[in-house]
Amino acid sequence: MTYSYFPGCTLKNKAKDLDFYARACAKALGFQLEEIPEWQCCGAVYPLASDEIATKLSSVRALKDAKAKGQDLVTVCSACHHVIKRVNDDMANVEEIRTKVNNYMSDEEPYNGETKVLHYLEVLRDVVGFDAIKEKVVNPLKGRKIGAYYGCMLLRPSVTMQFDDPENPSIIEDFIRAIGAEPVVYPMRNECCGGYISLKDKPMAANMVDQIMDSAAWKGAQELITACPLCMYNLRNNGTKEGLPVTYFTELLAEALGIKEEVQA
Amino acid sequence: MSADAKLAQQIREISGVDTRKCMKCGRCSASCPAYNEMDIRPHQFVSYVQNGNVEALMNSKSIWKCLSCFACVERCPRDVKPAKVIEAVRLSVIRQRGENFLSPDEIPALLDDETPQQLLASAYRKYRK
Repeated sequence: MTYSYFPGCTLKNKAKDLDFYARACAKALGFQLEEIPEWQCCGAVYPLASDEIATKLSSVRALKDAKAKGQDLVTVCSACHHVIKRVNDDMANVEEIRTKVNNYMSDEEPYNGETKVLHYLEVLRDVVGFDAIKEKVVNPLKGRKIGAYYGCMLLRPSVTMQFDDPENPSIIEDFIRAIGAEPVVYPMRNECCGGYISLKDKPMAANMVDQIMDSAAWKGAQELITACPLCMYNLRNNGTKEGLPVTYFTELLAEALGIKEEVQA
Repeated sequence: MSADAKLAQQIREISGVDTRKCMKCGRCSASCPAYNEMDIRPHQFVSYVQNGNVEALMNSKSIWKCLSCFACVERCPRDVKPAKVIEAVRLSVIRQRGENFLSPDEIPALLDDETPQQLLASAYRKYRK
């Protein structure tokens, strides 16, 4: 299976490892990620205003590219996934936005939300299957107690994201089991890390990060995993105390599949 | 239509929110992780717009505290979407008054070695036009 792949701006820079491990693991698990040529930044936040059109165009261009190839569109970054999936929903279901966007791109075939948008974790769960991953694990992460940090963007609003139960998700816990480790469920796993507030309001972000870390440690987690570079940054850098170590889920997948050293080299 | 009523109508249009749907249960504010940082809370945004008092919202610091985490949207039993109201007020301030919350001159001092591009892109999208 070959997917159109939208890496996003951060995966080309500060979150390179999230990208490298994702590509290598895809290969090991038997699916291809074909990077969309000349993709543009998704904008990192979904434009909530009903009258914003220009800020949705980069997502539509990526979606159209995937449609032309007849491929589903895969992202790894939570923010890219959130933005592109919601814009796709607008193109499928909000007539005013669809009409304005298509009028703007008037020289091309109209786009009506045909492309299917998948997060990498959804490919693991729904296409590859966690049982199949388990069989391919050569280095099970036995004895490691790992907390899933979902954050906001994968889950909410659930009516559009349709990723998992927004209040009691299980996909990352199932992933953790598949790679041989023990998932630790803790109350704050789907609470916000502070997001973009950490640029100008470090104390507010610190307060939120501390609550997440305390909650995970209290339930016995020894480490956390995430799919979002901004969550990663806040959790690692913006708490007031020494928190739990945080890694990208793709890095642990590579470790379990026994390809981590190969990727690093 | 009075100036206040016009502003309220504009917020309804930008947000697409029907403020009359609110049944004032307060679940949005109870869910909000930025509640303690806000001078006007999410449930109040909805009722202020309903009552035509948008000016107070435009002067509120809450518009720079909302995280767009969508907890209020997810948990609202009436599907009012308070986050969209807050976004519409914030955008009105930026569009009408040209008041940007982030200046490019500030950026160098705010960066560290780990700052992800995602943080700059999202802050720019939220804080200025």
